[in-house]
Amino acid sequence: MPTILVPALAVLGLFLVSLFVGVSDVSPATILADPQALELLLVSRLPRTIALVLAGAGMATAGLIMQMLARNRFVEPSTAGTVESASLGLLAATLLAPGMAPLGKMGVATLFALLGTGLFFAILSRVPLRSTLIVPLVGIMLGGVVSAVTTFFAYRFDLLQSLGAWATGDFSGVLRGRYELLYLSAALTLAAFLAADRFTVAGLGEAFATNLGLNYRRIMGFGLSIVAMVTAVVVVTVGAIPFLGLVVPNLVSMVVGDNVRRVAPLVALGGAGFVLACDIVGRVVRAPYEVPIGTVVGVVGSALFLAILLRRRHELG
Amino acid sequence: MSSAEARRAPFAPPRAARTVPAGLALSLLGVALLAAIAAFMTVGARGSWSFVLQLRGLKVLQMLLVAYAIGVSTVLFQTITNNRILTPSIMGFDALYVLIQTALVFGLGSAALSAIDARATFALELAAMTGFSLLLFRWLFAGGLRSLHLTLVVGIVFGTFFRSLSGFMQRLIDPNEFVVLQDRFFASFNTVNRDLLLAAAGLTLLVSVFGWRMRRRFDVLALGREAAVGLGLDHRRDVTAILVLVAVLVSVSTALVGPVTFFGLLVANLAYQIVPTHRHAAVLPAAAMLAGLCLVGGQLVLERVFAFDTALAVIVEFVGGVVFILLLLKGRGAR
Amino acid sequence: MIEARSVSKSYGPALVVDGVSVTIPKGGVTAVIGPNGAGKSTLLSMVSRLVGMDAGTVTVDGLDVSRTPGDVLARRLSILRQEQAVTVRLTVADLVAFGRYPHSKGRPTIEDEARVEAALAWLGLDELSGRFLDELSGGQRQRAFVAMVLCQDTDYVLLDEPLNNLDLKHAVGMMRLLRRAADELDKTVVVVLHDINFASCYADTILAMKNGRLAHQGPPAEIMRPEVLRDLYEIEVDVEEIGGKRIGLYFDARG
Repeated sequence: MPTILVPALAVLGLFLVSLFVGVSDVSPATILADPQALELLLVSRLPRTIALVLAGAGMATAGLIMQMLARNRFVEPSTAGTVESASLGLLAATLLAPGMAPLGKMGVATLFALLGTGLFFAILSRVPLRSTLIVPLVGIMLGGVVSAVTTFFAYRFDLLQSLGAWATGDFSGVLRGRYELLYLSAALTLAAFLAADRFTVAGLGEAFATNLGLNYRRIMGFGLSIVAMVTAVVVVTVGAIPFLGLVVPNLVSMVVGDNVRRVAPLVALGGAGFVLACDIVGRVVRAPYEVPIGTVVGVVGSALFLAILLRRRHELG
Repeated sequence: MSSAEARRAPFAPPRAARTVPAGLALSLLGVALLAAIAAFMTVGARGSWSFVLQLRGLKVLQMLLVAYAIGVSTVLFQTITNNRILTPSIMGFDALYVLIQTALVFGLGSAALSAIDARATFALELAAMTGFSLLLFRWLFAGGLRSLHLTLVVGIVFGTFFRSLSGFMQRLIDPNEFVVLQDRFFASFNTVNRDLLLAAAGLTLLVSVFGWRMRRRFDVLALGREAAVGLGLDHRRDVTAILVLVAVLVSVSTALVGPVTFFGLLVANLAYQIVPTHRHAAVLPAAAMLAGLCLVGGQLVLERVFAFDTALAVIVEFVGGVVFILLLLKGRGAR
Repeated sequence: MIEARSVSKSYGPALVVDGVSVTIPKGGVTAVIGPNGAGKSTLLSMVSRLVGMDAGTVTVDGLDVSRTPGDVLARRLSILRQEQAVTVRLTVADLVAFGRYPHSKGRPTIEDEARVEAALAWLGLDELSGRFLDELSGGQRQRAFVAMVLCQDTDYVLLDEPLNNLDLKHAVGMMRLLRRAADELDKTVVVVLHDINFASCYADTILAMKNGRLAHQGPPAEIMRPEVLRDLYEIEVDVEEIGGKRIGLYFDARG
């Protein structure tokens, strides 16, 4: 399949660049000569780069699944209240059980993310869907409401700073031993690949799925669980990466369409590449300081989102 | 009033019959606002009265100014866009103001900026804001965004884009300088910059005089572009005038207290409910007074009763978000 | 054979299907007609287990649709509903291939691929097979969905108002296609129609529904009679025989 070869090579290139960009001097030459450089590579650079790939691939795939389940192009974890609900869950876990292990916190965050996204779908089922865009509007506003609740409690209990960390993705703190939870996201992404056909069928509607003998509700539940878990893992380990799950699947879909089986690997690669590139920009643009990736993605992602909206304005409006 | 209502009467929804007349509603609002102000000035005061009154007086003045700016700018914006769900802040106008502020610091450097008088920078920001918001609005609404929902999403994403870009620029400024500047970017309802407040008050007064003379044209503009042109208005010129007014008011409120996304939406829609007329001569004061009542009253309750301080904005976001979803679901925003 | 025994369905206080018992024989084209709100689509949806019933049972070749596993039924009976908007960008070939899902579970064999090819060819879609659905005209898109349903290779094919949004040429094309599916492929086709004349010209059996009940059932010659149609639609309908077909005329300007 030549279509996948080019993006795969591009991501590999970015992966290597990401390994050798940073404040201290780590290059293929120094690793061999200097044991400290090798140590730095293994403890900090490699984990960071792997974390970028896993988080990017996971969030992009989660976006793709949501777009199929909601049958709407403009839905992703940050336009459906999922990210905000995960943050609320994280805050609840931090407040009520401060000593809880990261895995436990992730569990609570997943639960909240699932509830929040479920609420979003419940609201949608009650809206006469007169327009495509009312769907992300409801989601964004729901996210706003949830995050107001979170901010209120974070403010009351002096946790605004942690909240800021969850809300803005930042990979500068990723070290060996602090990102491994993200492998869970990789496993979930693979699970999503295996169920690719089911998601395509769900994207064609409940009647369509039932006709082919599939249990629509089960696909829904399975898909939403994956989305909630991936989101929770990413928010817990590195913080939210806005619009990633929207922009990447939309761009891929314009070229290759939506057959999940064919598109999912490209979307995952695209997400990884996008995040790697944004992270490199954030590290280079103001060296030796770093701009968090959430901020870079915020700029690039919202600009691309706008471009997609305006390009399609005739069919949408 | 009576003739306007008489003409409207056959089409008025049954609910309107049960609401109080506009004059009475406005008077009641005024009394409630005065009571809230009096309570805010006096409740729980200790120590020197002149000090307390001066400090709180400035705070009240700032809140009233912000309330006025948000209330009036939202209603006018909804008048020219012919709907009840778009607001300047949902369309990203206050994020644009923050972006302009940041870009200015970024371009000139904080040292140069501190040397200039705060009022002079404000004037500069104001000019840029007016220019940019006119451009943005013209582009958005002339570019064929006929669907309300598309306009909303585009506005919201523009807001996110402006905010991210400001965040990005703030990161590019030297981190040490950034800390010093942070205060300047985001004030709360509790901090008052006296010079800026007076300049803002003067400016608001100026544009208000200008706007008040247009108030009857506002009523015609609310009928929509075709109707307004048919009735002989220079639609383009009047909309531009209102946009300048809105840009100034958004700048005033954002400069004083930072962005408040949903407040305008709340008070404007409450005002439409309370005052049973579409005449701006009644709706505008109602929105402004309601906003003042919410801010002063809300701050009074939160500060004196619950001893929270900056939580008011958060509560406004929460309630505003819920109201927004409800408006969307009911389809009330539709043109 | 499809057998419905006193099936009922209500949405809130509205009783949409009211104790309908009907037998649809195997083979041929059966058209379901009736005024708006008669319960045609709901009946079809219950037969194809898209909508659960409040009372009664439906069996397809003896299989109870509410108890039979979804994938077993998906190899016996397929349903095509009026598709609103397709938001998913799929190629025609991809869509048609999903018709094999109940058989292949996503791992298509060579035989499956051959069937997809055959379905595409049968509907004259070979040329369009690489195109995305959103690039097609309404008539082409409708044909692609029919190709998918045929590719599902079920004995029973149910279609809910497949002529909606089609112009005259495409509507006639669609009805000929369904006729061919019954005659050449031995399918049992059940189709909800609005236009009585299409039903008269292409169906072997007509089911007429009114107010949630089965009003009449029979061959076109029995149903296409002024007194039956008047009773059904509550307007005067003249019936003329043209070229051996009974045609209803309801364009009387004087009403």
